[in-house]
Amino acid sequence: MIKAILIFNNHGKPRLIRFYQYFAEDMQQQIIRETFHLVSKRDDNVCNFLEGGSLIGGSDYKLIYRHYATLYFVFCVDSSESELGILDLIQVFVETLDKCFENVCELDLIFHMDKVHYILQEVVMGGMVLETNMNEIVAQVELQNRMEKSEVRTFLNSFL
Amino acid sequence: MPAVSKGDGMRGLAVFISDIRNCKSKEAEIKRINKELANIRSKFKGDKALDGYSKKKYVCKLLFIFLLGHDIDFGHMEAVNLLSSNKYTEKQIGYLFISVLVNSNSELIRLINNAIKNDLSSRNPTFMCLALHCIANVGSREMAEAFAGEIPRILVAGDTMDSVKQSAALCLLRLYKTSPDLVLMGEWTSRVVHLLNDQHMGVVTAAISLITCLSQKNPDEFKTCVSLAVSRLSRIVSSASTDLQDYTYYFVPAPWLSCKLLRLLQCYPPPEDGAVKGRLVECLETILNKAQEPPKSKKVQHSNAKNAILFEAISLIIHYDSEPNLLVRACNQLGQFLQHRETNLRYLALESMCTLASSEFSHEAVKTHIETVINALKTERDVSVRQRAADLLYAMCDRSNAKQIVAEMLSYLETADYSIREEMVLKVAILAEKYAVDYSWYVDTILNLIRIAGDYVSEEVWYRVIQIVINRDDVQGYAAKTVFEALQAPACHENMVKVGGYILGEFGNLIAGDPRSSPLVQFNLLHSKFHLCSVPTRALLLSAYIKFINLFPETKSTIQEVLRSDSQIRNSDVELQQRAVEYLKLSSIASTDVLATVLEEMPPFPERESSILAKLKKKKGPGAVSVNELEEGKREGGELNGGGERGGDSSAIAASNASTPSPSADLLGLRAGPPVTAAAPSAGSLLVDVFSEAGINDDGFLRDLEPTTESSDSLLAEGPGDSDSAPPSVVSEDPTPLPESDELLNKFVCKNNGVLFENQLLQIGIKSEYRQNLGRIYLFYGNKTSVQFVTFTTTVTCPGELQSQLNVQSKPVEPLIEGGAQVQQVINIECLTDFSDAPLLNIKFRYGGALQNLTLKLPVTINKFFQPTEMASHDFFQRWKQLSQPQQEAQKIFKASHAMDTEVLKAKLLGLGMALLENVDPNPENFVCAGVIQSKAQQVGSLLRLEPNAQAQSGEQMYRLTVRSSKDTVSKRLCELLAEQF
Repeated sequence: MIKAILIFNNHGKPRLIRFYQYFAEDMQQQIIRETFHLVSKRDDNVCNFLEGGSLIGGSDYKLIYRHYATLYFVFCVDSSESELGILDLIQVFVETLDKCFENVCELDLIFHMDKVHYILQEVVMGGMVLETNMNEIVAQVELQNRMEKSEVRTFLNSFL
Repeated sequence: MPAVSKGDGMRGLAVFISDIRNCKSKEAEIKRINKELANIRSKFKGDKALDGYSKKKYVCKLLFIFLLGHDIDFGHMEAVNLLSSNKYTEKQIGYLFISVLVNSNSELIRLINNAIKNDLSSRNPTFMCLALHCIANVGSREMAEAFAGEIPRILVAGDTMDSVKQSAALCLLRLYKTSPDLVLMGEWTSRVVHLLNDQHMGVVTAAISLITCLSQKNPDEFKTCVSLAVSRLSRIVSSASTDLQDYTYYFVPAPWLSCKLLRLLQCYPPPEDGAVKGRLVECLETILNKAQEPPKSKKVQHSNAKNAILFEAISLIIHYDSEPNLLVRACNQLGQFLQHRETNLRYLALESMCTLASSEFSHEAVKTHIETVINALKTERDVSVRQRAADLLYAMCDRSNAKQIVAEMLSYLETADYSIREEMVLKVAILAEKYAVDYSWYVDTILNLIRIAGDYVSEEVWYRVIQIVINRDDVQGYAAKTVFEALQAPACHENMVKVGGYILGEFGNLIAGDPRSSPLVQFNLLHSKFHLCSVPTRALLLSAYIKFINLFPETKSTIQEVLRSDSQIRNSDVELQQRAVEYLKLSSIASTDVLATVLEEMPPFPERESSILAKLKKKKGPGAVSVNELEEGKREGGELNGGGERGGDSSAIAASNASTPSPSADLLGLRAGPPVTAAAPSAGSLLVDVFSEAGINDDGFLRDLEPTTESSDSLLAEGPGDSDSAPPSVVSEDPTPLPESDELLNKFVCKNNGVLFENQLLQIGIKSEYRQNLGRIYLFYGNKTSVQFVTFTTTVTCPGELQSQLNVQSKPVEPLIEGGAQVQQVINIECLTDFSDAPLLNIKFRYGGALQNLTLKLPVTINKFFQPTEMASHDFFQRWKQLSQPQQEAQKIFKASHAMDTEVLKAKLLGLGMALLENVDPNPENFVCAGVIQSKAQQVGSLLRLEPNAQAQSGEQMYRLTVRSSKDTVSKRLCELLAEQF
C-alpha cells in the first residue's frame, strides 16, 4: 500500500501532499520535513529506494522517489509494493502530468494544485493503484475537463 | 491542446498564490495567510449566502494554505455543502477537501455519508466515482457501516461502467481493511475472483489488489484465484509487446499487473494441479529467459519494467522454495545484478539474495558471491545499499565463512553510518557466538566490538559475553588476560569497564601469577576507572572489589580503605552507599570461610537462547512486538529494597543497577519468564520485603509528629476474615466528597507524598508506595487542636463499579486522638483492572461534642500502577503506530495553567510513573513517555506524547496531549488526569 505521496521542490517546499493513512496535521508536516531531509541529501546517482523515516513506520516501509528537475516525487510504501513497479508508477504519473499540462513545470503544480490532485486520483485511490494506463488516465482527465467547460458555459449563458 | 485548461482557473486563487510567492519573509507569508484566513472566515460566517463558485474558490485557498503547513480548523461545513451541489466542479472540490482534511472520526461523517449515498445512487458514473474515492480515502467505520453492503453490489453488477468498477474494487478493499467484520464477501466471493478474467485490464488492475488482500485473510475461500491468476499471467507473459496496446509500457506488456499477479501467487503454496503448475513454471522460465534477451529499448523505463517483473518472479520462486533448478537460475540472475551499473538493481539483488540465502537449495550458490558482497559493503556510495550488503553477509554466514564475515563487519563498523551501528553490533555479536569454534575468538570479537562501537553495545551484548565466559572454563583465563589488557587503554568505554569489573572479579586470580597483573595492579587499574563511570557501573565495581577481598586477601586493607572513604560510605547515591556499608561490614566481620562461601564463583548459567537474538528480532520484526513485550525488563520486584540479602547473595556482583532491572536477574533468564511471577502468588511477602526495610520512619515526612510504628508482618496477615474488625466499611449510600476533593486528588497525580487535606482541626498527611499492581497508603491523621478527638472512625469505600476494579483494605484506626497527636492508618490496595474513579475516604469524629464528618477522594489514580518502560525511538513509533485505532487514542488540547518550565514538566512526567524517553520525538520540545499499567486482570501498555506550544495562535501557552493505550478507558482517563497537571 502507498501510505503517502509527497511532492516537494529542491528547497523542501511542498507542492502536493497526499496521505492515505491518517496522520495529524503537524505529524504530516514533520513527515514532510523528515522525508525532505532524507531525500535531498542523496546524490542523483544513488538508488531510488531508502528505508522510511522514523515517523511513518518502521522497517516495513520504504521511500521510493524520483527527482525531476526542481521537484522530488516521493512515494512512501510498505513492503507489499514492488519497488521498481512504484518507480514506473511515478514515471506514469509524471508523464501524465506532462501530457495534461503540456510540458509540466513546478508552476503548474502550484497554480493548479486541485487539478494535480484530480489527476493523481485517477492513478491512486485510497493508497492503491487504480489505473496504470496513461491513455486511460488522460481520457478521464479530459472528460472532467469537458464537464468543467460545459459548466462554465452554462454559467456564462445564464447571464445572456 | 493540454487536457487541463490553464486559462479558466479561479482568478482570486491565482492572485492569492502569487501574493504568497512574492512574500519576502516567512513572517510576511504568515501575515498574508492570516489575513486570508480572516477574510475567508468572515465570508463563511457572513449573512450573504455564497454562491458555489465562491465557496469553491475559498475551499481551494484553504487547501493551498493547508499545503503550506497551516492547520485548517474551519471550512469543513462549507465543503460538505459543496458535495450536494449539482455542479461537477463544486462537488469535486468538496470531495477533495474532505479527502485531504477530514479524518475518520470527524463529526461530519454522517453528513458526508448522506451526500455519498445520493451520489452513489445517482447512476452518474462520474459522481459515483467521486463518492467511491471519498469512501476509499476517508475509510471510517461509520462509512463501512453505511456502504459495506452496497459496494460489492456495484462492483459485480453487470451494468456498472468499468471506471466505476475499478473505484468500487479499491473502495471495498479500503473498507475491508478498516472494518473486516462489516464486509461480508460470502456470496460475492466467486464473482470477485472472476474479475481476474475481466476484459478491461484496468478493472483487473484494481481488482487484484482487493483479491490479494482478501486471499491473505481467507486463503481457502479465494484459492480458485490461483489458476485464474496463472492463466492471466501466462497470457500476458506470452503476448507480444504490442498485443496489449495501451497497457504496454515501454515495450513491456502490462508490467504492473504482472507484478501484482506474481504477488498474489505468493499468498499460496505451489499449485497442486499439475497442469496449472506446469503453466506457471513455464511463465517463470519465460520471464527468466527474457532477462537474457537484448533490451528492446535503451530507455531506463524499459529495463525497469522488465526487471520489476523479474524480481517478483524470483520472489515467487524463493517463496515456493521447491524448484532447485529455478532457484539456482534465480541466484545466478541476481549474481549478475550484483555487479550491474544500476544502483537500484544492485540494491534489489542484495535484498532478494538475502531471502535466497536461507533456502537449502541455494545457500551454497549464494555463498559464491561473498567477495562481491564484501566489496559492496566497502565501496558502495549509498548507505541503503551498504545496509543491504550487511544484511546479506549476515544471512549467508555459516561456519565456513564466519571468521571472514565477522572480520569484515567489524572493520566496516569503524566507519559505518550511525543509523545502522546498533544493528550491526547485534549481528556481529550473534554471529560470533553462533559460529564460535574457539571461544577466545569470540571474546576477542566482543571486546573489539566494545572498543570500536561501545556506545552501540546494548546491555544484552555484554551480559551475553559474561554468561559465556562463566559457562566455559576453557576461556576464563584468556578472557581475564584480554580484558585486563583492554583496560590498559587510556580511554576505554564504560561497557569495557563493566565486562572488566565482572570478569576480573570472578577470574582475576587466573592471571594474578604474573607480576604485571598482580592483584593490586588489577585493583588499581579497575579503580582508576571508577570515578569516570556512572552509578550502575560503580555499583558493579564495588561488587568486584568485595570479590577481590575473597580472591586476594592481601588486597583487603586497601579495598577496605576505599570502601571506608567518605566518597563511598557517605555517597549521596543510596545504592552505592548501601553497598559500601554492607561490603565493608561483611569484609570485617565474616570469617574467611564465610566470605569464601558468600563470594563463591558464579555458578554456570542455564543454557538458553541468546537474549541478543531476541533483541535483534525485536528490532527487525515489525508487528512481532506485542504489548506484553512492553513489560519486558521491568521486574525489579522485591529486589529493590531487599538490601539485607544483597551482600550475601552469590549473584550480588551482577546486581549492579538499582534503577533498572538488575542484570543478574536477566542473566539468570528471568526475562523470558512471565513478568509478574514475582508478584502474583505471594503478593503479600513481596510487600513485606519492599516495605520492611525501607521503613517509613526514615523519611522526614511528618516525622516530628511521631508516627505510630506499624508491625509490618501483621499487615498482610490480615485476610478477608479479618475485615470484621475493620470499621463498618459498607455504608449503604456513598458519602458525597468535599467539593475541593477533585482538586486535592489532582495534586497527587504526579506525586505520592504530601499533605492531602488540612483544615483548622485536622491535618491528613499521605505517603504512598506502589509496586506492580499493589499499593500501600499510609495516612497520618494529625490533631491540630489541644482537645482530643473521640470516636474517630474512617471508612474507605469504592463507589459504583470501582468495587470490582479495586480491592481496598484498611486497618482500623485508633478511635481516640489526643490533642497534638497523630495516628496512622494503613490502606492496602490491589488494582484488579483499570479504573477511572477514586475511592472515597470518609472521616467521622467528635470534637468538643460536635460531630465532624468529611469525605475526600483517596488519591489512587490509574497511573500509580505504571511501570516505566524504556524504549528506543524506533520502538516507540512502531508501538505508537500499532495503537492506531481511533478509540485507543485520547487527545486533549488545553491551556497551560503553569509556566512552561522544562524541568518542572519533566519532574511531573516522571512522577506520573511512566518512563520519560529522551531523543525519541524528533521535536526536542516535545515529551514522550512509555509505561505499562499493572493490574491483576491485565497489563495495559500506554504511550504518551505532550507537545507544548509556547506561542499558540491566541498568544496563550497551549499543550496538546495525546495518549495511546491498548485500552480505550485507560487512554481517556490518563488524558483527563493529565490535562489538569500542566
